[in-house]
Amino acid sequence: MTEAPPYRAFSPARIGAMVLRQWYVLRSSWPRLLEIVYWPAMSMLTWGFLQVWVGQQSGAAAMIAGTLLGAVLLWDVLVRGGLGFSITFLEEMYARNIGNLMMSPLTPLEFIVSLSVMSVIRLMIGLVPVSLIALALFGFNLWGLGFPLIAFFVNLIFTSWAVSLVVAGLILRHGLGAESLAWTAIFIMMPLCAVYYPVAILPEPVQAVAWALPPSYVFEGMRALLIDGVFRGDLMLWALALNALYFSLAALLFLRLLEGARTAGSLLASSGE
Amino acid sequence: MSLPAPAIEVDRLVKTYNGSTAVDGISFSIARGAIVGLLGGNGAGKTTTISAIMGLVLPTSGAVRVLGIDMQRDRHRVLHRMNFESPYVDLPGRLTVRQNILTFARLYGLADPKARVRELAQELDLTDFLERPTGKLSAGQKTRVALAKALVNDPEVLLLDEPTASLDPDTASWIRDRIARHRDERGASILLASHNMREVERLCDRVIFMRRGRIVADAPPAELLERYGRATMEDVFIDVARGQAALDTLESLP
Repeated sequence: MTEAPPYRAFSPARIGAMVLRQWYVLRSSWPRLLEIVYWPAMSMLTWGFLQVWVGQQSGAAAMIAGTLLGAVLLWDVLVRGGLGFSITFLEEMYARNIGNLMMSPLTPLEFIVSLSVMSVIRLMIGLVPVSLIALALFGFNLWGLGFPLIAFFVNLIFTSWAVSLVVAGLILRHGLGAESLAWTAIFIMMPLCAVYYPVAILPEPVQAVAWALPPSYVFEGMRALLIDGVFRGDLMLWALALNALYFSLAALLFLRLLEGARTAGSLLASSGE
Repeated sequence: MSLPAPAIEVDRLVKTYNGSTAVDGISFSIARGAIVGLLGGNGAGKTTTISAIMGLVLPTSGAVRVLGIDMQRDRHRVLHRMNFESPYVDLPGRLTVRQNILTFARLYGLADPKARVRELAQELDLTDFLERPTGKLSAGQKTRVALAKALVNDPEVLLLDEPTASLDPDTASWIRDRIARHRDERGASILLASHNMREVERLCDRVIFMRRGRIVADAPPAELLERYGRATMEDVFIDVARGQAALDTLESLP
């Protein structure tokens, strides 16, 4: 007879089990692995050649060109971090496995942590080869940014998780009819968080919105580093504070939506439209 | 010394969806070590009841307790002691049988997950296809894998929603034997929703009939056969599903 192990409110072993299970899914399909590298590579090549061309111009244009690849790679951290989280979650929905997971001892917090870990794994699978291409073809060394890169990365990945957490909650509550949000939600930030241009270029009312978004601080920080050679720790701290706020709100909203799914009975009908 | 709490207690459970009542104030309890059948036609409220027992559906009112734990508030305290199988969920098809069972063995915190997979593979005759993707198996093989997942933690409480639906008679009989053995060896309590009346007669100590969200009969199979004056549980089922029993009762009134 197998004795039930004692109850544990939080178990790293359960998170490990989920990460391993999601890794099995990922490695079972080479097209999935290829897709993780394909789009970032295409995006980086396009913007890389643009940077080369603009860099051949004189004056301000050449200076701005030096930040393009950094912006592309960091924007990809935001997008791919979010997609890594959302796609891993969607794999469970597509497999109609959510009911099994929700009936297991896995807690919502452990589920969220496992999705976050997989998001980083997927992101690294895409980012490492692409950053090496950027270095080889365009001489842009992302990893040479050192500590500031860690600050940029942490802030962007937390923003992506906050957005994806809300999307996951909406899909749990409303079914796969809300799936398209997983692919598109993060892009609402693109014009607002000053990826390729300074916040100051935006109309004044929009600037207030931009400064409410953590990625704006990251992209401003990146430009300060690449153009002026200055690491703006103050910007990173602002971004971190906003991320802490948004991630907490997103986690609360996810739990509310999960309760809503239990009320509506949509957890068993997890593939419902 | 106080008696242990029943395996399952459902107390005045009500569940409505958008004003439509799926379960209408039902109460019952299941003693430890009992196998109880939950029967009723489509839309009778069986799946909603089972979902509420699992804590996957929140009651509109009333309460559900499993092994004495309130499933609305503290379900995570008891989930490691129970398990389920349902046609409404699948195991990921791209994962091999071994990977799927191993994942759940780890989620349930078993001390030696690999040994448990080997044990279940032998017991449920899965050894030949342990390395095959679960999605490529036949319906009977998939059901055995789903049962392996449901038994992975040797649960004290097991909820089964139509465990032998769409299986050939041989495989279905084999599954029933395994369910009975789990009760006998583990002393487990099992709630079984089924449309197969032979299965119910063979396995269940007691049968709860639901109709339109309410319990209309709750007794051992032999007693129900006698009460309804029928030779088989299938005839009893048809009577109850069509409300014939209620009409007969009305007609017999002076």
